[in-house]
Amino acid sequence: MSDWLYSPLVKEHFMNPKNILEDEAAFHADGSGMVGNIKCGDQMLIVIRVENDIITDCKWKTYGCASAIASTSMLSEVVKGMSLKDAYTIKPEQIVDKLGGLPEHKFHCSVLGDKALRAAIDDYYRTHGREGEIPKEKAVVICQCMNVTDKDIEEAVQKGVATYQQLQEHTKLGTVCGKCRTKAEELLHQFSHLYG
Amino acid sequence: MREVYMDHNATTPLHPKVRDIIVQHVDVYGNPSSMHLFGRRAARLIDEARTRIASLINASPDELIFTGGGSESNNTVLKLVTCGGASCPGCSAMRNEIITTSIEHPSVLNTCKALEHQGVKLRYLDVDSQGRIDLDQLKSFLTDQTALVSIMMANNEIGTIQDIKAAVKITKEKSVLFHTDAVQAVGKIPVDVRDLNVDFLSFSGHKLNAPKGIGGLYVKRNAPYCNLIHGGHQEEGRRAGTLNTLGIIALGEAARIAEEEGPGEAARLLELREYIKAGILRSIPDVHFNGHPVHSLPGTLNVSFRGAEGESILLYLDMDGIAVSTGSACASGALDPSHVLMATGVGPELAHGSIRISLGYGSGREDADYLLAKLPPVIERIRKMSSVYGIAG
Repeated sequence: MSDWLYSPLVKEHFMNPKNILEDEAAFHADGSGMVGNIKCGDQMLIVIRVENDIITDCKWKTYGCASAIASTSMLSEVVKGMSLKDAYTIKPEQIVDKLGGLPEHKFHCSVLGDKALRAAIDDYYRTHGREGEIPKEKAVVICQCMNVTDKDIEEAVQKGVATYQQLQEHTKLGTVCGKCRTKAEELLHQFSHLYG
Repeated sequence: MREVYMDHNATTPLHPKVRDIIVQHVDVYGNPSSMHLFGRRAARLIDEARTRIASLINASPDELIFTGGGSESNNTVLKLVTCGGASCPGCSAMRNEIITTSIEHPSVLNTCKALEHQGVKLRYLDVDSQGRIDLDQLKSFLTDQTALVSIMMANNEIGTIQDIKAAVKITKEKSVLFHTDAVQAVGKIPVDVRDLNVDFLSFSGHKLNAPKGIGGLYVKRNAPYCNLIHGGHQEEGRRAGTLNTLGIIALGEAARIAEEEGPGEAARLLELREYIKAGILRSIPDVHFNGHPVHSLPGTLNVSFRGAEGESILLYLDMDGIAVSTGSACASGALDPSHVLMATGVGPELAHGSIRISLGYGSGREDADYLLAKLPPVIERIRKMSSVYGIAG
């Protein structure tokens, strides 16, 4: 068999995924986050165990393709031993880089992992009486498909993006299902007013 | 590693006899349009092939136009609708509406979309849960503005076969032209253009064990026609370009084999498909079979596995040397799951979780047993890591 579709590391994580959640009850999660929607073809559950604000264990389940499986497997390895604060800032690009890249049209398959992780950390804070520590400045995801946040749009406008088409080119926002267009145009208008 | 090819609806391997014919004629290089010996030699071989292909679908040889394949044939017919009046002196203006179905091949759907931009009005017929159109809906869609009805004979993804004869009958009551994309049907099930009474029919060589790059279009005598490709006088001036001699010879042989062996092969594939279906039902829970239980291509089995995503299934099977395809969005790089499965109303989970097993020449019981040994552990494995399967349990 010749070249595989994905990088050798993606293949390895797809063939032998790490940290799959096999017994949810036995894991005793400190925090749990489920994101995604079966309608879009992928859904992700991430559970974490936390000691002294360090993630000591991370397991997951997903309904998704090879890219989703491999990137979540990699993410679950990377976050072990990380502080909650650091884990909160992980971006899908970091995971994709660690995997040796994904084809461009598969990038959107890797964006659920970090979202689910943040949801799990939020859940940890919430269920441990530390709701106040959930990062308030948290960016809001505008484009679900490409994981583009309001912060990303703000940054893009600061860099000179002025039209919706430029925003699409710059962030890839709205290039998949297109449902975020109205919201994105609204924000574009707001930020353009601020920085334009 | 064992290699098992179960993606015959995507394309087929060459039949050994077709391969032999190609090898025998690989040095026939004369241009069939030339008057000399070399040209005449090629032209004679093309004539023989044309006769065989015409015989397979019960057409006259002069009603066949060779094309580059199914997509070109479909484009040629659909674009007749915008070719008329001032833009093409040879054509008389046509009416402005096309009726087609929501489950056509992209070479029909995307051509229709392009025509919509040029002002053509499109109506799309729905299908039921088994992939069949509603003839009453067709009747209700036909107006005195309808130029053309285009309905595929057999669906590439789920294998459902339409009642083309009945659809033509309804269409002809309004004196409207009828085209069928029979790319998946010709060579697999009986196709008789006289009995069906269609005006146009598309077919493709590589779906019936001939090579890629050769296909054809049946155009009923006296049906309106205009070139998609202009140039030389080949094909009675209906399709320019030096004829693909070797491809045509190969297609002729494939047609001969299909006419001789088709019925027996269809019965064999049907039995094999039912064997696989029964094996899946026996060994894997929560499956859903897509398509029509009776009116379907004998070698096509489309099955959805709840909670398991199709691209993952395809790639794990690929690791075992088994080739299938999937209706999942992820596999194709598209972002929506199969438009065909969604049109049947199975819902996104089952559409994303579908694989298509398509059998053909060379598929045997051993291949089926190999698949049935490898598939259950793959599904079990994917479901174990699935966030949507058995989550309550």
